[in-house]
Amino acid sequence: MLEIQKISKTFNPNTVNEKIALKGLSLVLKDGEFVTVIGGNGAGKSTMLNAVAGVFPVDDGHILIGGDDVTRLPEYKRAAFIGRVFQDPMMGTAASMGIEENLALALRRGQRRSLRWGISHKEREQYRQLLASLGLGLEDRLTTKVGLLSGGQRQALTLLMATIKKPRLLLLDEHTAALDPKTAAKVLETTESIVNRDKLTTLMITHNMKDAIMHGDRLIMLYEGQIVVDVSGEEKKRLTVEKLLELFSRASGSDEAEDKMILS
Amino acid sequence: MSLNPLELFAQLPGAVAQGLIWGIMAIGVYITYRILNIADLTVDGSFCTGGAVCVVMLLSGYNVGLSLLCAFLAGMLTGLATGLFQTVCGISAILAGILTQLGLWSVNLNIMGKPNQAINVNNYDLLVSLRYLQEVLKGTRPFYWSPILVAGLFVVVIVGLLYWFFGTELGCSIRATGTNLHMARAQGINTDFNKVLGLMLSNGLVALSGGLLAQYQGFADINMGRGAIVIGLAAVIIGEVVFARIFRNFALRLLGIAAGAIIYYVVIQAVLWMKLDPNNLKLLSALIVAVFLAVPHWKKSLTAPFARKGGGRDA
Ligand SMILES: Nc1ncnc2c1ncn2[C@@H]1O[C@H](COP(=O)(O)OP(=O)(O)OP(=O)(O)O)[C@@H](O)[C@H]1O
Ligand SMILES: [Mg+2]
Repeated sequence: MLEIQKISKTFNPNTVNEKIALKGLSLVLKDGEFVTVIGGNGAGKSTMLNAVAGVFPVDDGHILIGGDDVTRLPEYKRAAFIGRVFQDPMMGTAASMGIEENLALALRRGQRRSLRWGISHKEREQYRQLLASLGLGLEDRLTTKVGLLSGGQRQALTLLMATIKKPRLLLLDEHTAALDPKTAAKVLETTESIVNRDKLTTLMITHNMKDAIMHGDRLIMLYEGQIVVDVSGEEKKRLTVEKLLELFSRASGSDEAEDKMILS
Repeated sequence: MSLNPLELFAQLPGAVAQGLIWGIMAIGVYITYRILNIADLTVDGSFCTGGAVCVVMLLSGYNVGLSLLCAFLAGMLTGLATGLFQTVCGISAILAGILTQLGLWSVNLNIMGKPNQAINVNNYDLLVSLRYLQEVLKGTRPFYWSPILVAGLFVVVIVGLLYWFFGTELGCSIRATGTNLHMARAQGINTDFNKVLGLMLSNGLVALSGGLLAQYQGFADINMGRGAIVIGLAAVIIGEVVFARIFRNFALRLLGIAAGAIIYYVVIQAVLWMKLDPNNLKLLSALIVAVFLAVPHWKKSLTAPFARKGGGRDA
């Protein structure tokens, strides 16, 4: 479903701030695969996701989604294929607009925005059901401004928005990192159930190694802009935090893994 | 020096008519400042462009409807210029507006051929005019010619159209663009296109307002738009402060902006009536707007957890 072919990205090239974020990174995701992504701070995880989403152009390489080469496609056009949830709960929703208005915007992702009315009556029923499935009581607050919701509620809503039109690819960038543990667990649970229900091809970045092991059917680890660990199938099921740390220090050729990974 | 309340009272209808005409401009400013979240300085130029196009077309014998339509379209072109500066050229919003505004100075002079073009209400059929207002008040003209009524009608129709437009899929996507660029792009919204469209719509309305004002005062002048952005902001802010609690509905909020412009002009009349030197009016306007812009900021820093009382943390 997703094919990343040797992409490279250097920020601020030819300056003192030059930073090589991705070094010829390749990755192929099968249809319906749920991949968790871990790696230390600055390893290039977000850069990889943003490159796929088209936030900036890559210097080198190609990106294919469902067989279509999207390397040259601007961010808003790629959005037709991609659902995204960000780390910052403020980023995924329009605060000054109502819950139903946000969902209506998401439902029209990938369509030309016409002069038809922005929300139809039929949709409202769908929204109510979807919101009810979150179990947060949002189904009775369709017209509430999203700015009034809590971080967890906003992330759950963003998750709905990302998946209301089944995307070819779901990108989650530490979408529970800004939430308290209880809320984070709840949002993660919702994520799992939506991904399973719709069999979504998913890339989920997390800083929590337990979450990375517990969820998904494949785990990759990034280090200095490259994939250094890639486990799936039975091996992934048997993975433990200790084993993961060991894999990491072997791949990176040092034992800085301990500090880098545990602290974060 | 004696202040005669009757004198002030006599000035009120004129202030209301002018306020309504400027109210259309203020609604244009609202679209960029509040909906798109851009401070667009094109306004000072496009307001005059509207007046210039309208007057020159009337003088060339076109009817008033077509002249106003062309003023609106010319305004949209000025918005297009600013929009392209921002999106295609990557120039910051403020600077893009200033550049267009500066360029429009020459364009407006070219349109008019000279810095001031008068149009005599005796020789042309205008839609609004100070003369009509006086005649209606004297009773020598039927009431429906009153510029208050005509300008009011314009405001109501424009608010109605905008209420519809910002409720459509396209309109909603423009609102999302102004609220959260990241979210808008992630939802497949062409944010550059929307910014340009919003700027065009805004400046179209501003120019329409300029076209009406030129008729009302009987001339278009190269300086007629100077400081327009401040008047627009003043109207937006006054409208919000006075009506925010009562009007939650979008259409009513827009009407509140027009009402804000009326309040602004009534206050200006009152200040003039108190014999303030008119040369100081712009200073007064700037100060009023600065204070109103500062108040929300002060309120926030007073209620913020570490401000003042609880402070000393980062000292
Ligand atoms: N827009 C940018 N401009 C300049 N440098 C950037 C930019 N974005 C990322 N970088 C740099 O690229 C490197 C990779 O960053 P990235 O955000 O992908 O890391 P990450 O793996 O997501 O880390 P974290 O766990 O902290 O989120 C970092 O060194 C970062 O400083
Ligand atoms: Mg990151």
